[in-house]
Amino acid sequence: MAEPLVRIRGLDVKFNGLPALRGIDLDIGKGEAVGLVGESGCGKSVTWLAALGLLPKKAAVSGSVTLDGAELLGAAPAVLDDVRGGRVAMIFQDPATALNPVQTVGRQVCEALTLHRGMDDAAARAETRRLFEMVGIPNPAQRIDVYPHEMSGGQNQRVMIAMALAGQPELLVADEPTTALDATIQAQILDLLRRLQAETGMALVLISHDLGVVADMCSRVCVMYAGRIVEQAPSEELFARPAHPYTQGLLGALPDMVGPRRRLSAIPGGVPEPWNLPPGCAFAPRCERADGACAVMPPFQALGRDHDAACVHLNEAVAA
Amino acid sequence: MSLLDVTDAAQIYTTRRGLFGRPVKVRAVDGISFSVQPGRTLGVVGESGCGKSTTGRMALGLERPSEGSVTFEGAAMPVPRSAEWRDMRAKMQLVFQDPLGAMDRRLTIAQQIEEPLVIHRIGNAAERKERVAALLVDVGLRPDHAARHPHELSGGQRQRAVLARALATNPKLLVCDEPVSALDVSIQAQVVNMLTDLQVARGIAMVFISHDLKVVRQVSHEVAVMYLGRIVEQGDPEALFADPAHPYTRALVSAIPVPGPRRIPRIVLTGDPPNPADRPSGCAFHTRCPVAIARCKAEVPALRHFDDGRKIACHLADAQTKVAE
Repeated sequence: MAEPLVRIRGLDVKFNGLPALRGIDLDIGKGEAVGLVGESGCGKSVTWLAALGLLPKKAAVSGSVTLDGAELLGAAPAVLDDVRGGRVAMIFQDPATALNPVQTVGRQVCEALTLHRGMDDAAARAETRRLFEMVGIPNPAQRIDVYPHEMSGGQNQRVMIAMALAGQPELLVADEPTTALDATIQAQILDLLRRLQAETGMALVLISHDLGVVADMCSRVCVMYAGRIVEQAPSEELFARPAHPYTQGLLGALPDMVGPRRRLSAIPGGVPEPWNLPPGCAFAPRCERADGACAVMPPFQALGRDHDAACVHLNEAVAA
Repeated sequence: MSLLDVTDAAQIYTTRRGLFGRPVKVRAVDGISFSVQPGRTLGVVGESGCGKSTTGRMALGLERPSEGSVTFEGAAMPVPRSAEWRDMRAKMQLVFQDPLGAMDRRLTIAQQIEEPLVIHRIGNAAERKERVAALLVDVGLRPDHAARHPHELSGGQRQRAVLARALATNPKLLVCDEPVSALDVSIQAQVVNMLTDLQVARGIAMVFISHDLKVVRQVSHEVAVMYLGRIVEQGDPEALFADPAHPYTRALVSAIPVPGPRRIPRIVLTGDPPNPADRPSGCAFHTRCPVAIARCKAEVPALRHFDDGRKIACHLADAQTKVAE
């Protein structure tokens, strides 16, 4: 693989001494679409908040995050200001709370343009109109001057995407971008993200709890559990041949849309609390294959081209 | 005999546009009919604002329909807040999406589960205690959870506690409004399995409201798809999701992201769902429908019965079932 755009090595985050991330290694290639899946609290959002220096002061962050070879962790505020919203943009789940309710949507996008591309008012306004058109907002010339509450949730998310594009990012991190939206609107936004990625050549990191969304959008998927990546593989490979017992459990817990209905194979128990992490594999207490060997931290094992999983019982898992 | 019968029910709200605007009548639910048999589940799907939650509230008698009727065990719903209405509450219960919001944070789990028994004067103190312990086991909680407060439980455990409370009075009907939408996938599967087990064991009828088609397919015996206050398609979940007939159902089903190869080509609808206060003429879906014809703009399609037992409200339904064959 060529030099990746973002290289994360041994990223650790602790909140008040409690581990939230435990040694994340992750590469994002230029123009690549990577999905991060996992349940609440697994660290999929914290990974990117830590990488971009957006965590509160009480978070202890260690490890290394480089963008085109330049270290981001502990970088000067001026360097980070240039990266955030510029070279790396982020959009969140709920556009209604991410937008400023007392400013027009156009002004908020213009602000990003002035900041990151040094445009004057007239140029920023013209560029905003172009961006609104690009993200499929109807009547962009009029919509520039409305407030967030005058638009639907789907339209607000389009504004957020326009704002993210304002800095011409090389990487867009989309954190559950469609979770708050209705099904038909979710399809529109995913379509838009796919089209924009193809047009601009930016890399995309899609954070989602929805395996279906990630399968649809990403070429590579990382599955996270309790602050670690437990399996990563090309999308098709992961859904055809999941190797880690947790990945298999997640897929088995999803109801099917076709074929006869079967009882869902629920994973027993719940995610361990950060103050109550078992030694070794964090999934062991819920895993039917767990035994004494799981008490030590399982190393990554290669299963094939670009397919790794952190489990000591992989061979049995694949055979099963 | 059906447990619950809803006939041509409509719910009309009055809202104002702006502070001094003229009052506008909004038909949140616009003439829907369905019935639920004991021990069966009706799934109701649709997007925000389609009237699915209002439908659930009418089914429970929390709101009286502005038009049409709702009957439970053959008798009309009593007037809200009357003594008969209060007695009815023991027979029908509601489960919401957010279990923390549905619980009293200052009461222990055991106190919350016992409360409906106290209100409906069921059993003495010792019997109630025994019943609470049995309910905890039924929903898969441990005895030591009884003394905890809601914030000391995880989301999945809270939803189990809410369910134990709903089941305390042995209801015949459970209306679940997005009961698993706030839960993680692995926990969601646990709660879905538990709901279906409890239904089989106790013969409870359910109205299961959700935007998640996969979960609705899993739990329902019958499914109703709603768009802007009306049912546009209704029928057996396996048939309906395998071969959706209404163009809106087809778009919904095709929009579900699934891991693995896609069976139906994706249909991306343009625009947002219309405002219920500003309902389009004719078929409300014609503004976003990829196959609409002139007639759709002028004439409201009736919900018609088809040979396979399905009901479809679309002028083009005949042509489409032919295509499907």
